[in-house]
Order: sequence, then C-alpha cells, then structure tokens
Amino acid sequence: MASEIATELAEQVDRALADAADVSTLRDLEAGNWPAATWDALVALGLNGALVPEAAGGVGLGFSDVAPLMEVLGRHAAPVPLAESIFANALLSAAGITPPEGVISFGAGQGAIAWGRHASHIALLDGARIALYPAAALAWEVGGNIAHEARDRARIIGAPVAEAVLPNGWGAEAALLATALMRAGQIAGAMQAALALAVDHANTRKQFDRPIGRFQAVQQQLAVFAAETSAASVAAAAAARAVDRRGLAAAAFEIGCAKITVGEAATRGAAIAHQVFAAMGITEEHQLHHFTRRLWSWREEGGSEAFWAKRIGQEAQALPGALWPFITAREEEITP
Amino acid sequence: MAGLRFDLRDAPEGAAELRAEVRAFLAEHAPNFTPEIRARSWMGFDRDFTRAVGAKGWIGMCWPREFGGAERSFLERNIVLEEMLAAGAPVGAHWIGDRQSGPLILRLGTEEQKRHFLPRIASGEYAFCIGLSEPDSGSDLASLRTKAEKVDGGWKLNGRKIWTTFGHLCDWMIALVRTSPAPEGGARHIGLSQVLVNLRAPGVHIRPIRDLVGEKGFNEITFDDVMLPEDALVGQEGAGWAQATSELAFERSGPDRYLSSHPLLEAAMTTLKQDNAAAPALGRQVARLWALRNMSVAVAGMLEDGQDPVRQAALVKDLGNDFEQALPNVVRDLIATEDMPEDMRRMHAYLTQIVPTFSLRGGTREIMRGIIARELGLR
Ligand SMILES: Cc1cc2nc3c(=O)[nH]c(=O)nc-3n(C[C@H](O)[C@H](O)[C@H](O)COP(=O)(O)OP(=O)(O)OC[C@H]3O[C@@H](n4cnc5c(N)ncnc54)[C@H](O)[C@@H]3O)c2cc1C
Repeated sequence: MASEIATELAEQVDRALADAADVSTLRDLEAGNWPAATWDALVALGLNGALVPEAAGGVGLGFSDVAPLMEVLGRHAAPVPLAESIFANALLSAAGITPPEGVISFGAGQGAIAWGRHASHIALLDGARIALYPAAALAWEVGGNIAHEARDRARIIGAPVAEAVLPNGWGAEAALLATALMRAGQIAGAMQAALALAVDHANTRKQFDRPIGRFQAVQQQLAVFAAETSAASVAAAAAARAVDRRGLAAAAFEIGCAKITVGEAATRGAAIAHQVFAAMGITEEHQLHHFTRRLWSWREEGGSEAFWAKRIGQEAQALPGALWPFITAREEEITP
Repeated sequence: MAGLRFDLRDAPEGAAELRAEVRAFLAEHAPNFTPEIRARSWMGFDRDFTRAVGAKGWIGMCWPREFGGAERSFLERNIVLEEMLAAGAPVGAHWIGDRQSGPLILRLGTEEQKRHFLPRIASGEYAFCIGLSEPDSGSDLASLRTKAEKVDGGWKLNGRKIWTTFGHLCDWMIALVRTSPAPEGGARHIGLSQVLVNLRAPGVHIRPIRDLVGEKGFNEITFDDVMLPEDALVGQEGAGWAQATSELAFERSGPDRYLSSHPLLEAAMTTLKQDNAAAPALGRQVARLWALRNMSVAVAGMLEDGQDPVRQAALVKDLGNDFEQALPNVVRDLIATEDMPEDMRRMHAYLTQIVPTFSLRGGTREIMRGIIARELGLR
C-alpha cells in the first residue's frame, strides 16, 4: 500500500495540476503547443526522481508509492510527461546512469516514443541495453495517438551521452513493462475523472422533468462504470506492489493481468460515459473526450488486452500444476 | 465515493503454512468430490465433511476461544474459504453458520446464546439457514409479513419463508420477521426483528422445492403457531432491519462470490493446455480472477479492521457474479461439450444450469447496482 508520503505527493501533484492546467491547456496541447508553464509547475515538485533511490539523489519511493501519482496524472489527463520522466529516471538510474534534468522520456526498438519531440533527453532501450540520447542526437518522425498525445519515432543521428545495461531484475522487456504499469495507473485515474463527470451530468441534466440519474437504467450503467473503475485501480496498485516485491521483470504476470483488467475496464467505462452524456459528450467543446480518447489510446500502449491475454494464457497453460496454487503462491511465498 | 475505496491487503503472516495445511486436508477428502459436488461449490451439503472441518478449527475460526473459535484473523479465515472453494469442497453444512449466523450471534447475541450456539456451529453440529425471502417479498424484503407476536413465555410465529437453502437439512434458521406493525405511512423497516427458529419445533412445516437440475436445494417453510422461547430474539427488538443489512455485508463479501465456478476453470486449463487458440480467452479469465481476488482480499481486510464494507461487498459481488456466471459459456466457446472429458462435461452441465442463480442469491444484480448507485449519489 502507498505510504503517507506518497499520498501527500499525489495530493501535491493534484493541486499543482488543478492550478496549472485545465481544458484549454489540453486543447493547446492538441494544437501542438508545449505547456511549458504546466511542466515548470510540476517539475518544481522535484518528482522526476521519485523512483530513484535516495543514495542516487532521488526521492527513493517504491512503485506502490508512485501508483497513486499515476492515478492523479490520469485524473487530470496530465498534458506533460511526468509519468514518462519518472520511469525514464528510474530506468537510467537502475542502469547506473545519472538521469539528466528536464523532460525525459523512454522507448524501445523502433516503437513510437511518448512525448519524444518535447523531450530534452530520451532513454532508448534495446532489450536490457539502455542508451541516453540528447534531443540533438535524434531526428523525429512525429506522430500521435488518437488523443493527439505526441507519439514520435526516433532516427538516431548523433551519439548517446551514456550507455549501460539494466541489471537482471529489470530484464529485457523493461520498456514494455514500465509503459504498461504507467498506463495502468493512468487509466484508473482517467476512469475516475470520467466517472465523476458522468455522475455529475446524471445529477444535473434533466429530461422528463427529472435528473436523468433518477432513471434506473442510467443508475445501473453508472454502477457498472464505478465497479470497473475500482477494479482498474486495484489492478494497477496490485501490479505496482508486485514490482516492489519481485522486481519489474518478475512482475510481468501481475503487470499483464493489470493491463488486461484496466483495458477491459476502459472499454466499458468510456462507452458508458458517452452513453450518459449523449450528444453533449461528442462535442469538441466538452472535456469528456480528453479522458475517453486517452482511455482508448492507453489501452494500446504497453501491450493491449489481446497482447497480454495471449501471453498470460500461454503462461497459465505452461504451468506444471493447477492455476490456483500458482496465483496464491505469487502473493505468499515472498514476504515483503 | 468513499464507499468504493479498496486498499490492498498483504497476506497475513503464516499464510503459506495455513494454506498448505488446508490443501493437505482437502487432498485427503478430494477423492470423494464427484464432478457434481465440485460444481455445487458451497451449495454442497455434507455433515461428515463439515464435522471434519470443524475438528480442524476452521469453522468460526475468528471467534473467541471461549465460544469455540480459534481467534484467527479474517485474512486467515479467507485463506481457508478460498481453498475450500477452489477445490470445490462441499461446505454447505457450515457455510451459512460460519459466514453470517455465527458472526451475528457473536456480535449481538446474549451471553447464553453465544455459549450455546457458537461452539456448536464451530464443531459442525448445528447447521444454519437464512430466513429472509418470502413468497411476496424478494428484493423488496422490508415488505415481509411473517410475524412473531409476543405471548406469555415467548413468541408465537406465523407466516412463510421461501427459497431457504438447505432448510430441510438444517437445524436452525435466523428469520427476519415482523414483531410490531409498521408505523402508519412510515418506514416499513421499523418493527422487524431477527429470531432463532428451531426447525424441529412443532408447527414448522418444511417443503423442499426441486430446482431445475432436479435437486432439492431450497425450501418453502411454513410456520403455524410455532412457539419460540423468550430468548429466541437476536439483538434488539425492532432493530432487525439494520442487523440484517449489516449481516449482508458478511454474506456478500466473500470469495464465494467469484469462485463458485472455479473448478470448471481449472478443468478447462488442464484440458486446453496444448490448445494455442485457447490461450487468449484463458488469459482473460486468469486476469479477471487475479483482479477479483485482490479486491476480495481487500474486503476481508476491511472486515478485519472492523469496518462495514457493505458497498465494496456489493461491488465485488456484482463483478464476481458476472465472472463466475459467464465462465461456462466462455469454456464452451473453446471446446465443444461433446469433446470435454467426462468429469469436465458433468461440471459444465451442472454449472450451465445453475449459474443464473449466482446473480440472484444474496441479492440480485440489479439490487447490487442500486447499492452502488446510491453510493455514487444518484439515489
Ligand atoms: C439458489 C438460490 C438460493 C437462495 N437461498 C435463499 C436463502 O437461503 N434464504 C433466503 O431468504 N433467500 C434465498 N434466496 C432468495 C433470493 O434472496 C431472492 O431470489 C432474491 O432476493 C430475489 O428475490 P425474488 O427471487 O423474489 O425476485 P424479485 O425480487 O421478484 O425480482 C425479480 C426481478 O426483478 C428485479 N427487481 C426487483 N426489484 C427491483 C428494483 N427495485 N429495481 C430493479 N430491478 C428489480 C430483480 O433484480 C429480478 O431481476 C435464494 C435464491 C436462489 C436463487
């Protein structure tokens, strides 16, 4: 479970985002403008090094501590890559590279890199090998997900400033696993925001002389949304806990299960949100789509439900014994 | 929305040892578990098995020792429940007493009641059933009409309960009944009380009702001037509604709300081990199982802390029921019923017919979602 410090930090980020970003920031971002003021407000909290050990100059938090932070970022559809920077810092520092200041993101292989064009540095992973490139060493083929968040492909045109290999516990899939973990938490947060909007709308929009939330059909749909939102949050937190206990690579099972859970939850939740908002929710002007388009996008990043379902299914099929003992042993053989 | 918050709980100390002990016990008994028994899950009734569980100290295990308990934690109890369900053990003869009747008596019973009933539930001697539903009162439980009148030396009970699971096999019922008329134009839940009914008492008529599988699971129980002693009352006279609702948090919170079909999932895993095409569908089931388990353990943790997680329990029950209910159909998409091994086919056949009850018993899906909607501030 998240420590008190972590809850406090999440609240700080919550306030900072409430002050330094709003719907117009999100619109600006979609128009291609970098929200420098928002980034400055967040970076001032000193959280880039959240997952970097204190001995290495970081904040020394665990993955469980950072889970509520990811939710907050999702709840605000944060228009800056604090999540990416936190995880890039963690990866670099695990490999013994001192993370640079500033906006920093990470990616693997030929894949799109979240916020690439806005970063001053990029950590590029090739299996367990990690190299730190300054922006000047990369040329970008810009792209975006369906929420118009920058998802850019890098061509290397210069030399890295540092290269190293991740220790064993981080494994050859560190970029994939870190992305999945990050997006799982953000999806939970974005669902909380979309649910709150939908509930508020149900209590205020009137048809047939009463708030639509008085109709049982609407109530029952929102109850399902709430249940899926809780499931997403629990799944993201449980995956983070597994990483704290056994390391990133050995928590692939939990991360995969979480990503399936949040992906399915996002699909259901986004659909219900739009049903409750009806035409209003389809407009560009309304803020709902900033959350739902992110939910749809983030399902794809760090492995989709289909990707993980196949892997988790194969892992379960390959078990020497039954499924149940496998699931329980993962929680109980390792004491924290 | 504080009622929808879940905090993860870590496994209690000694979890792996306790689990191993339960598994060893179950391995001894497993040869007796036919596919039908495994598929029935906590709707399987076997007094001998229950007495064996009682002898291990695994019924009422959170209760004080002086009342036959083992003073273990809710999280430890949860381990025992999980293992019983995962194995498809026939736990029906003690499930209700352990899950809700015993805890109710422990919380609100008199010293006398605690001394008499709890040790007998814990040993497996007394089996309890739930007397809530009536012919005209299902989801709208507060409309119930069974009545206990105060008379010289106790109470006189008249009326009818229905759908009482194992009523014909049990010894005791805790019934929710009307003990005083509802106030004119006032709230109907005022004037209800909970009473202990000895099912062998004169005037109790039990008529088993066959279910669609052809089994005698539930009953209609009629009370004809049944005399109850004074101390049949549990808790406070007139407070029965509040008591019964918080009892429902116990009823709805457990792993029995997502593991009822588990033996079929294990059978599918074994049978489809080599089937590449089945991997994605199986993976989704595994992920859902994993997520539900984390939620369910969180609820056990809330009970451990003395909270009253009524809403979280309703939420996990709703998600869990969807999962366990969908399983037979998920499985038959992966392997044709005629290609299933005999044991699996029999479990599948049983579950196909019985899964509709999962989102009815213990409060329907619609009622669960109503509870969640209320927490959202929509009602
Ligand atoms: C296998 C099994 C075992 C059971 N064991 C017991 C037992 O041991 N003891 C006991 O007391 N009871 C028991 N029950 C009864 C169970 O609690 C009831 O079936 C349940 O509460 C629903 O009541 P009902 O069947 O009368 O349906 P109804 O209440 O008549 O409901 C019929 C349908 O209408 C819907 N509905 C009703 N009211 C509303 C509303 N306000 N809003 C939206 N939809 C609504 C319901 O959701 C349902 O879909 C058992 C039931 C089953 C199936």
